[in-house]
Amino acid sequence: MSEQVQPKVLEVEHLTMHFPVKSTGLLRRVIGHVQAVDDVSFSVKRGDALGLVGESGCGKSTTGRMVSRLLKPTSGEIRFEGTDIANFGHKQLQPLRRDIQMIFQDPYGSLNPRQTVGAIVATPMEIHKTIPEKQIKARVQELLEFVGLNPEHYNRYPHEFSGGQRQRIGIARSLALQPKVLVADEPVSALDVSIQAQVINLLQDVQKEFDIAFLFIAHDLAVVRHFCPEVAVMYLGKIVEMGDRDSLYGAPLHPYTQALISAAPDVRQAAVGGRRERIRLEGDVPSPINPPSGCRFRTRCSLAKDICAKVEPPLLQVGPKHKVACHFAGELGNAPSKPITTGLLGVDDSGNAVAGATATRDLVTPDYKDTWVDLKSMR
Amino acid sequence: MSQSGPETTAAIESSADEVVPEAIRGRSPRELALIRFRRDKGSMISLGVVLLFLFVAVISPVLTKLKVFKPYTTNFPLLDIENGAIPKGNWGGISWAHPLGLTPGTGTDVLSRLMLGMTYSITIALLSAVLTVALGTALGIIAGTSGGWIDAIIGRIIDMTLSFPQTLMLLSLSSTLTVTLEQMGVPKGNFARGTYLILVLAVFGWPSFARIVRGQVLSLREREFVEAAHVFGASRWRIYFKEMLPNLWAPILVYFTLTMPAYVSAEAALSFLGVGVKTPTPTLGNTLSDSVNYYGSDLVYFFVPAVVLAAVVVSFNLLGDGLRDALDPKADR
Repeated sequence: MSEQVQPKVLEVEHLTMHFPVKSTGLLRRVIGHVQAVDDVSFSVKRGDALGLVGESGCGKSTTGRMVSRLLKPTSGEIRFEGTDIANFGHKQLQPLRRDIQMIFQDPYGSLNPRQTVGAIVATPMEIHKTIPEKQIKARVQELLEFVGLNPEHYNRYPHEFSGGQRQRIGIARSLALQPKVLVADEPVSALDVSIQAQVINLLQDVQKEFDIAFLFIAHDLAVVRHFCPEVAVMYLGKIVEMGDRDSLYGAPLHPYTQALISAAPDVRQAAVGGRRERIRLEGDVPSPINPPSGCRFRTRCSLAKDICAKVEPPLLQVGPKHKVACHFAGELGNAPSKPITTGLLGVDDSGNAVAGATATRDLVTPDYKDTWVDLKSMR
Repeated sequence: MSQSGPETTAAIESSADEVVPEAIRGRSPRELALIRFRRDKGSMISLGVVLLFLFVAVISPVLTKLKVFKPYTTNFPLLDIENGAIPKGNWGGISWAHPLGLTPGTGTDVLSRLMLGMTYSITIALLSAVLTVALGTALGIIAGTSGGWIDAIIGRIIDMTLSFPQTLMLLSLSSTLTVTLEQMGVPKGNFARGTYLILVLAVFGWPSFARIVRGQVLSLREREFVEAAHVFGASRWRIYFKEMLPNLWAPILVYFTLTMPAYVSAEAALSFLGVGVKTPTPTLGNTLSDSVNYYGSDLVYFFVPAVVLAAVVVSFNLLGDGLRDALDPKADR
């Protein structure tokens, strides 16, 4: 589906968002930071889709908001067609707003209840003056028809539509400026399952028609698998595993991904009968204000050893299109007994620095390289 | 969304419309509120009464100019001078010429005084309510949207104003500040006193409304449609006035209709304390405060202004309640 020839529209490198936590009272000193997103890198090609999955509070929405520049990242780069927009101000962003659009989660909250559907969909075109005022109405109707709504409904108000229809209105609005990147922040989570399928199919039509790169944020693994050729799994502000659909769902290497996938209901399994082994994660997600040292997942990980508390595992490329951040990356039940990362990081098996050894630099890049670490040869 | 009666009907009607595509037209939240309002008998009656009072307030000065009314003309022959200048005859001197009787002491016509008094009282209440709502909306939006230290400063000003003993200040400063106003070029006498009243009511009235608006803005600000507007690159101006303000009309309207009667009675209370428009210019307040002196000797004169004032306050209050129910059907009664 996605050939190598397609250029990368969006590249995100070392993206970090730390929200300051202030003390109460008059002085309001900064007493800590919520490390919502920490050193996240990925890239999306034109017409492609990257899925971001993870549980609530893992930073996936924050990442989406930074890409659409609702938030200004603490550090890192967001390159849109090669230009770093991470530090752009309001004025500089204005022309780019056309190209990066967003679909919101809540179809009830994302449309202004006091405006007609026509006015809502026309808003972006009025702001950017992309087409003459006289043609706006025709264009709005065209867009409404494209998303499967009656174009005669432009005079209606959002409250007269169902959740699925409202989400279609939101999609029509985001398409009004013909963006190149669409950040879809849980676009179907608030909808019924039957409606989810329709909206997902619509999004696929949209993608084909306009060649849009999607950053698809969701917590539903099945939806992401259906929509995104490439998936990244986030945990506590970091990408722990990332890869193409087949390798990530077929052979997850990170214990967290394995737990996530085992927790998702599987129709095929139900048809066969019997129960699948579920991996139960113990405890809660640690606070992002004070995340665990080393690997952030170690407090809940069954494989965790000394090294995990001392050294943070890099997001290592382990396949043609597969990256994982774990010292003991391996297929379920087949994890290596020795950390695979020691040679690259210049540490011994318990995580202490080896004299004279240096860590390999630039282990983390937004895209995939032609060479990778072969897990089988490491053991 | 609530599925209350009118909306369901709207849905049914509009789905019937779908047969004829040309006829499709949505109903705005405002239209739906209007439909709900029209259904409520109490609201419609109070609207009728309020409109009647407003009509009276508008025509009274005209009628006075045309000499149909003579609110300032004294009728000493109709008073029982020996007996404390109480109007002659039963029921406070009610007659065809003077349907609500005469004012003891001066013999002026009570009906015409009350009608003209309504003009002054409602003007004062209306202007103070407009000022209150305008100030409250503006400062509430500014505080809510900017946050940070601006919000903190406005918040502290609100706290200070609300904790200020305003009646005391009104009383103690009324003479000096009225003089100041006169020096600033406001026409002397009752005009300056009325202006002072309007200003004071507004200055002490806006904080509570600013708080309401700020709260609304804080919740609106986090709604996704405002974020969507940011993503489209909408300007601040556009977000304030096109996205937020339309969602604030309901509280503004309701607060306005509920503030009006409060200010009408505030004017009366302050007249009683000697602040505000003075006789011979009639207001509901100074007529009432004058009537209190005759509770023993002239019961009709004692009751009539009180009943009229109560009617004005109650009808405006019921109108405000009805509006609130119509605009926010989810709120419990």
